[in-house]
Amino acid sequence: MTSDLAATSVDVDRPDGAPPAGRRPGWRAAVRWESGLVLVLVAVLLFGSAESSTFLSPSTFFYLGTNTGYVAIMALPLMFIVMTGEIDLSVASMLGLSGATVGFLWHHGWPIWPAFAVALIVGALGGALNGVLVAKAGLPSIAVTIGTLTLFRGLAEILLGSLTVPAPGDRLLPASLTKIGVVPVPGTQLSYSMLIFLVLAVGFGVVLHRTPLGRSLVAIGLQPEAARFVGIRVNRIKLRLYILSGVLCAFAGILLTLQNASVSYNAGTGLELNVIAIVLFGGVSIFGGRGTIPGVVLAVAIVGALQMALTQMNVDPNVQNIVTGALLLLSVVVPSGGEAVRRARARLRRPAPGS
Amino acid sequence: MPEIQTGAGGVPRLVIEGATKRFGAVRALEDGSVTLYPGEAHALLGENGAGKSTLVKILGGVYRPDGGSLLIDGNPVAFNGPAAAREAGISIIYQEPSLFPDLTVAENLFMGRQPLGRARRIDRAAMQQAAAEIFAQLGVELDPRRPARGLSVADQQLVEIAKALSLNAGVLVMDEPTAALTTVEADRLFEVIRTLRARDAAVLFISHRLEEVFANCQRVTVMRDGRFVTTAPIEEVTVDDVIRSMVGRELSALFPKTETAPGEVVLEVDGLGSEGEFEDVSFTVRAGEIVALAGLVGAGRSEVARAVFGVDRRSAGTVRLAGVELPNGDPLAAMAAGMALVPEDRRQQGLVMEMGVDQNTALASLARLRRRGLIRRADEAALAADWAGRLQVKYGRLRDPAATLSGGNQQKVVLGKWLARAPKLLIIDEPTRGIDVGTKAEVHRILDGLVAQGTAVLMISSELPEVLAMADRVIVLREGRVTAEFARAEADENSVMRAATGQLSGAAA
Amino acid sequence: MSVQTQAGPPVGGAQASRLMGLLRAREAGIALLIVLVVAITGLNNHAFLDAQSLQQLLTGAALIALLGVGETLVLVTRNVDLSVGSVVGLSAYVVGDLFKNEHIPVWSGFALGILLGAVVGALNGLIVTVLRVPSLVITLAMLYIIRGVDSMIVNGHTIDPSAIPSAFTAVGYRTILGVPWLAVIVAVVVAIAGYAMRSFRSSRELYAIGSNPDAAGLAGVPIGRRVFTAFVLSGALAGLAGTLFLALHAQVDNSGGSGYELTVISAVVVGGVAIFGGSGTVVGAALGALLLNTISQALVASRVSAFWNEAIAGALLLAAIGFDRWLSLRVTRSLTSARGAHRDV
Repeated sequence: MTSDLAATSVDVDRPDGAPPAGRRPGWRAAVRWESGLVLVLVAVLLFGSAESSTFLSPSTFFYLGTNTGYVAIMALPLMFIVMTGEIDLSVASMLGLSGATVGFLWHHGWPIWPAFAVALIVGALGGALNGVLVAKAGLPSIAVTIGTLTLFRGLAEILLGSLTVPAPGDRLLPASLTKIGVVPVPGTQLSYSMLIFLVLAVGFGVVLHRTPLGRSLVAIGLQPEAARFVGIRVNRIKLRLYILSGVLCAFAGILLTLQNASVSYNAGTGLELNVIAIVLFGGVSIFGGRGTIPGVVLAVAIVGALQMALTQMNVDPNVQNIVTGALLLLSVVVPSGGEAVRRARARLRRPAPGS
Repeated sequence: MPEIQTGAGGVPRLVIEGATKRFGAVRALEDGSVTLYPGEAHALLGENGAGKSTLVKILGGVYRPDGGSLLIDGNPVAFNGPAAAREAGISIIYQEPSLFPDLTVAENLFMGRQPLGRARRIDRAAMQQAAAEIFAQLGVELDPRRPARGLSVADQQLVEIAKALSLNAGVLVMDEPTAALTTVEADRLFEVIRTLRARDAAVLFISHRLEEVFANCQRVTVMRDGRFVTTAPIEEVTVDDVIRSMVGRELSALFPKTETAPGEVVLEVDGLGSEGEFEDVSFTVRAGEIVALAGLVGAGRSEVARAVFGVDRRSAGTVRLAGVELPNGDPLAAMAAGMALVPEDRRQQGLVMEMGVDQNTALASLARLRRRGLIRRADEAALAADWAGRLQVKYGRLRDPAATLSGGNQQKVVLGKWLARAPKLLIIDEPTRGIDVGTKAEVHRILDGLVAQGTAVLMISSELPEVLAMADRVIVLREGRVTAEFARAEADENSVMRAATGQLSGAAA
Repeated sequence: MSVQTQAGPPVGGAQASRLMGLLRAREAGIALLIVLVVAITGLNNHAFLDAQSLQQLLTGAALIALLGVGETLVLVTRNVDLSVGSVVGLSAYVVGDLFKNEHIPVWSGFALGILLGAVVGALNGLIVTVLRVPSLVITLAMLYIIRGVDSMIVNGHTIDPSAIPSAFTAVGYRTILGVPWLAVIVAVVVAIAGYAMRSFRSSRELYAIGSNPDAAGLAGVPIGRRVFTAFVLSGALAGLAGTLFLALHAQVDNSGGSGYELTVISAVVVGGVAIFGGSGTVVGAALGALLLNTISQALVASRVSAFWNEAIAGALLLAAIGFDRWLSLRVTRSLTSARGAHRDV
């Protein structure tokens, strides 16, 4: 018989009935986190309206939508990827590459819809590259997506160079489409990009919380081996998630291009921070297996509102990043800090290490 | 071979007496007692759950005992951590040694204690020299300059033993050291143990391979249900005595067995092979029968099960379930055809520990629970409640993580997960490992009930009594090949053990 | 009864030295590649082999190589430090500002730059070791926080050459025996670090931590202390790099060092440092930096548009990771003593 002895750390397999080590029941922690987020959102709204008289106005809401909608769209597939225990740092670069593709084709006279189609295909291909390297070749996703982050941005640079499209002499992008950057959805103050995000969020939420695929994602993140033993096709799912991410980031790139009515190669540089911050701040665990859509939606609202408030206070975008960075920090420090405090308290209660 | 004098009768190297350890309400150890003399190889025997692991972890400083005493060379000691135990001269060699794959063997030996030369820089030459000397003392050939990556388990063990030696260990505890070794490697290990004994070290040897124990150990201690049962010099006991002490009750009372007439062939395995693991394995399982795959750990049984189910890819052979040939490496297809696998490792493979009882139970039935693409929590809960009831699983709330359940109840959840699919064939790997005795009997009853209904069961077990009592047929694997097949009437301990260990003649000790 | 005991296939000196050879081969291979690239480019464009151009190869790589040393220390322990670029920018500006407004002596500038970096490193290290936050997240957050703080301090100003003592900027352009001072300084740091990483117990423990964290804990390695130190050193080196940045460019605004972290990681991985820790050398990292810079300058000299730089860097990184994985699989297979599952003596 194989023994129960394990070679490793003090937190070994406990015999029958011993209290389990490790994280607490998922759902309880999630609800607590989301409640916290609601409070933070309220605080941010109060802060914003205190600092700026125009904060709680319809146009603010609209611009919050245009500024955050396309970023939020990228957060959805990233959330799934992080839940399976991987990461995708190339999201903002794919956004840039897709925009550059549209710009390049438009500059060369292509009609707009085929240009969009090509951009989406590029997104799928880029995602597939990530997926194949991570899921099939088994390479670490940090390293791979840092590589593709650089590669995609580089390809965008090759396509557009220092050009901003539309360049002098180019047709302007179709007004019927670029109006999404200026005009809300009729009858509301919602920007089109925000509306699309919300619809997608509902879809992702249903998949995550109510479908076999969603259960599989959680299982893969918590215990990939056990997932395999139930017939879950771990590698196939991860590959498809990366492709999905590629396509949605490409789509976000298209949205951004239309909203700005122009594109250059460095569109969205540095946005990966915001996307990751939204995902982690929304309660998705970096270790995988945990996360809720309501949490991510709340995080989108908070990050968007904060940035809006700071912009209206004329705070430099670079300085705004301090806040986003701090949010990111908090979103991992708080749960880890809680664990650390718990560990310290337990150590004080027990007689000595080694129990 | 000249007998090595043990120091029996003199001052014992180590005495642990009356050690107790509880985890919450669970009493893992009630009376842990072992006495080790210098120069002896001492076997610690007991079934799973007997408390051996807890005792060893106390010796290693990983757990602190709640009660009892520990004496090293006659002096009472208390360890506040693994480092203290090491300093007292106790080294534990685990079954799966954990080395630094990127570093050299020599550095693995001396990490944190590398010999220093001028200006406190590491003297590599001296380090390699010292390592080579230790290996020479052990009588083995290992290049200290090679990286630890790629070393076989046997060689990794030797590195661990060398480390213990370099720490001047007076007591070495070896946990199932031969479990993953070939005969040749095991023989080499026993030579090394003789060398250690000749230096007056005491070796505490945990094993289930009784013929090894009887061939190599001087004394034996048996534990059962967390308590010390008996200790004796090896010449004074027989295998039967030992087994009786380990099990403690009439075998038949433990294992209910309803006679069933086997039906159609459900599983056909033909020429199955997996490179490096096993070769040319063929057998059948019929509806209503329990076929046991017996053999020593490392014989390849779990690998066969995984290849049959499709979690591992096979390199040769075919698998047919109810006449349908299954594609290679496709667990979903196997499941669709009616196969189920309760894996060996409950914690990593059988359950998602942090998921609830309800979600774990439903995890293999998601497609069936799906209505218009969606799953309702209520349906998951209903399924889980149903099976938890049928299998008498004890839990707090259905949403509680599986990690909060005891081992026996966890196993029942895994069973429930698979039985919910009403499989034609249930493969179950180590059905009662790490489970308390009461639940063991329940699991056996469940299996018995299954076959009575016509399910085919392929059971892998390292517990001979379990195999002999439950199986209609016993197939024995040794080092990746089928060496024997016994019908229920012909199978007994001797014949099975002989087939498992490759002894062609001679009785067990 | 005596049994002939013979172990598995002799795992002897031959295989071990072949492996050692393989490891050294990585560094030699990169050096060879560098020479090849220079040679090939030189054939097309003779000016590439001019003294000035060759010096530029060294200075262009110097800062990244320096950062690579610190990054190696951190990567080896299975962590990552993404904040180095921002620290370079902050340190460059702060030191420049101090020169300009406080007229501090040159050596003071170096000391303060290093100290500033060390403080950030200590912060990173604390959060990673005490709070057990994954280093990817914390250093990513730090990247942006520090960049933001930098922008706040800079507030639209720039440091220009007039503010900086010429003794300081001399480091940026002076040469000794044709080799730029900058390159010499970095080479010295690399040499010292390389020696230290091979020779001291505490540095070997860094490798142990990355190779098998659980075993390291069991072996008594003070993991928290070591990882903390690695981050402090990485930050300090980034601070030094920032000071040298100031010396080299003599001009800083709020974008100094921007994007460096990605280049450093690419360089270091290309140079043979495993992203999951446990192996790699600072010499390899420095060579990786030199290779990347050489390729990028070779592209310019070959009149390939500069726009191709990033794409090539990205492709190189992916190729390096893939190659490393393939290599490690091959090596593991060749080192694995045959399990002998079916061998009976």
